[in-house]
Amino acid sequence: MTIQEKAKSVIDEFAIFDDWMDKYSYLIELGKELPLIDEKHKNQTYLISGCQSRVWLHAEENNGKIIFTADSDAVITKGIISLLIRVLSGSSPAKIIAADFSFLDEIGLKAHLSPTRANGLVSMIKQMKLYARALQLKSNR
Amino acid sequence: MAFPVTQIRSDFPILSQKVNNKPLVYFDNAATTQKPLAVINRISDYYKTENSNVHRGNHYLSQIASDHFENARKYVAGFINATSEKEIIFTKGTTDSINLVASTIAEWVKPNDNIIITAMEHHSNLVPWQQLCIKQKANLKVVPIDYDGNLDMDAMKKMITPSTKLLAVTHISNVLGTINPIKEIVNIAHKHGVPVLVDGAQALAHISVDVNNLDCDFYTFSAHKAYGPMGMGVLYGKSVWLEQLPPYQYGGEMIKNVTFEKTTFNNIPYKYEAGTPDVAGALGLETALNYIKKIGINNIREYEDQLLAYATEKITEIDGVRIVGKAKDKTAVLSFVINGIHPYDLGTLLDQMGVAVRTGTHCAQPLMEYFGVSGTIRTSFGLYNTQQEVDVFIDALKKAVNMLS
Repeated sequence: MTIQEKAKSVIDEFAIFDDWMDKYSYLIELGKELPLIDEKHKNQTYLISGCQSRVWLHAEENNGKIIFTADSDAVITKGIISLLIRVLSGSSPAKIIAADFSFLDEIGLKAHLSPTRANGLVSMIKQMKLYARALQLKSNR
Repeated sequence: MAFPVTQIRSDFPILSQKVNNKPLVYFDNAATTQKPLAVINRISDYYKTENSNVHRGNHYLSQIASDHFENARKYVAGFINATSEKEIIFTKGTTDSINLVASTIAEWVKPNDNIIITAMEHHSNLVPWQQLCIKQKANLKVVPIDYDGNLDMDAMKKMITPSTKLLAVTHISNVLGTINPIKEIVNIAHKHGVPVLVDGAQALAHISVDVNNLDCDFYTFSAHKAYGPMGMGVLYGKSVWLEQLPPYQYGGEMIKNVTFEKTTFNNIPYKYEAGTPDVAGALGLETALNYIKKIGINNIREYEDQLLAYATEKITEIDGVRIVGKAKDKTAVLSFVINGIHPYDLGTLLDQMGVAVRTGTHCAQPLMEYFGVSGTIRTSFGLYNTQQEVDVFIDALKKAVNMLS
């Protein structure tokens, strides 16, 4: 699936929730699932500090595709991370660089991506794109 | 007489709006308070009928604006019982006021001198002193607090040395709600000839402030935390200090005579007010203080204490709640954590239910570290909050905890 197709499937999934409680319960459920990152990567090196919640992000290359894993100490942040990873992980650097995040807007979670929320998500996305860019430069060389 | 909270609420237009389709419960008053219509109108009227630059023109409007601006200064002086309006400097806010003092006293501070602060300071009453100490190779000393959030007064006494240049302390903690014994602190410091700066950001709207009685050397506050406009604040300084300290910023208004070779500076307070001031802000502040005065600060204190006691009692009924800040003398702030639940998650769900609280470190990271938490949820009350809102908040909190458990 392309990034767009994966984003579309997230939007479809959220379309069934007609009140905020169901939507957030689902996010919390996603957030509570198995760790999204190898415990050994949950350290200072991979930490993206937000004032409100902390996020750990790890990236590695596999056959020209980038595999992201991440975690957060706040469960709602983690739920949103799991959506981001589902949509972005496993794509090529060029696709990740070009990706937009309007799907979060469509499912009513855009506010969580506001820089003023300081929950680490904005920095995480920036970090994901930086990693993709670095990898692209390396392979172009 | 019962506290006229219904009448008061009708003075604040923002309170009647809905957030996420729920009636707004605004419990983030320590961050900023809402503004009564009187303040909004005063600012609007100024721009409609009085706007002009102050202290410059001899035309009608400039005269009116200057008179009103100076009357606002007199009003502020009276409100905090300063000896003279010359001791009232208009600034951008508490942070600006503190930076003004930290910059202008810089040359007093020599290597190995020290400045004393406390463990419960907001970053704005910590970082300016820390940076000053780094620049001057001086030491920053921190008065510890106990686990309830009371200052360790004995430790403070022992910290003061002949090399102590200033003691900076908050009147009320923005995280813990602790009301510090400023008068006693000033007494101790003055015995050693040490001046005291008080961060009054959280105090002005909640307790009576009398700088003459406190005898502090500097007192700072922001208008926006006392029902006034943002971007306006005050530095009160005893004239004996303000007259001997150097200017902070240079430019128009703060001068007497300028040649290309030299400048003689204006008298206080103008020496510290370079550039065109926020006239509308000063008038808005005056109106806000007048609003507080009409209701009576002691009535407000009593009412908010009741709200705090009620909220504290109700919240204790929830499993796993730990209140952060249990000082003997506290007001208007209730910080807490819930076992196993991240403050960000709770704040997000409370917002969905129309309840505005603050979550995170509250610009007091070292304090969070001391209490061993990554952040807290903070509810902070104002004169328009009600017991019924506390009930809505407690119900919402229970619902959120339920969803997250």
